[in-house]
Amino acid sequence: MNIIINGKSQALTTAQNLSDIVSTFCKQSRHVISELNGAIIPPEQWSQTLLQDGDVLELVTFVGGG
Amino acid sequence: MTDTPLVIAGKSFTSRFFLGTGKFKNKKDLSDSIAAGGSQIVTVALRRIDLDHHEENILEHIPPHVTLLTNTSGARTAQEAVRIARLARASGCGDWVKIEVINDSKYLLPDNQETIKATEILAAEGFVVLPYISPDLYAARALVKAGAATVMPLGSFIGSNQGIKTKEFIQVLINEIELPIVVDAGIGAPSDAAQAMEMGADAVLVNTAVATAQNPVVLARAFALAVEAGRLAYLSGLPLERFIANASSPLTGFLYDDIPTN
Repeated sequence: MNIIINGKSQALTTAQNLSDIVSTFCKQSRHVISELNGAIIPPEQWSQTLLQDGDVLELVTFVGGG
Repeated sequence: MTDTPLVIAGKSFTSRFFLGTGKFKNKKDLSDSIAAGGSQIVTVALRRIDLDHHEENILEHIPPHVTLLTNTSGARTAQEAVRIARLARASGCGDWVKIEVINDSKYLLPDNQETIKATEILAAEGFVVLPYISPDLYAARALVKAGAATVMPLGSFIGSNQGIKTKEFIQVLINEIELPIVVDAGIGAPSDAAQAMEMGADAVLVNTAVATAQNPVVLARAFALAVEAGRLAYLSGLPLERFIANASSPLTGFLYDDIPTN
């Protein structure tokens, strides 16, 4: 199945939960904020959140800004 | 003379120098600048994680006692600003947000109408909202009604280092608006910061000038001193500007029979 992460299509071979996705795609999970199909998913729900084909996931974090 | 602390949303600050964290050459310069400037409020932004390149997280370089103020940069509408603010709060790093809604890529001027809308929504959700606006009395009054915690008028174009070009308009806000006024954008030199503080601004927010200086740490310290000097000058009851001369020394009294008097 394919999901969109940060605007790029990614092919997943097995069903995965959000916690797996974050550890696969992000170098560290601290301060990562996730938004799945427009809804914010708090970190404590990541492991119970199963990704579906066509899901749109945004992973954001803090950067420098004025 | 002792100053009263700056109070925003019930939280007290001794520093009136807010620092932005963008554009620093390296993270050490950033953390050293925060320390040298004594800033207790620093701004950060939110961005998509670059999945291909590992970047150090900015929050690792900001001391925990500092209040984080997440900006909504990138937002072009109130709804986008609201979305960014909610994401920021979901991080667990606090609910202080600088509303910045910009539609114009040439001048980067804030959209006051959208900013007011976003402020209303977020203040109702319990956020501490510090909106960034073009200095306008009616917009500022609407922000007070909308539940803003401060009003942050721009001094000049973002990142331009042009100083306080909107002086008279900021003065109107200082005179008429009860909320703390934080002058943001365009402050290029410590003298600009001192000027804003002398006018009675409650604080200033500086980023580009410090971050792009050859020695940001030294400039952060200079800004902190200028902010303090300007604040003291304001508290001293700085005399008003005059348009005619006024002798500083007494006239001698013996050189002329007809001593000019006016």
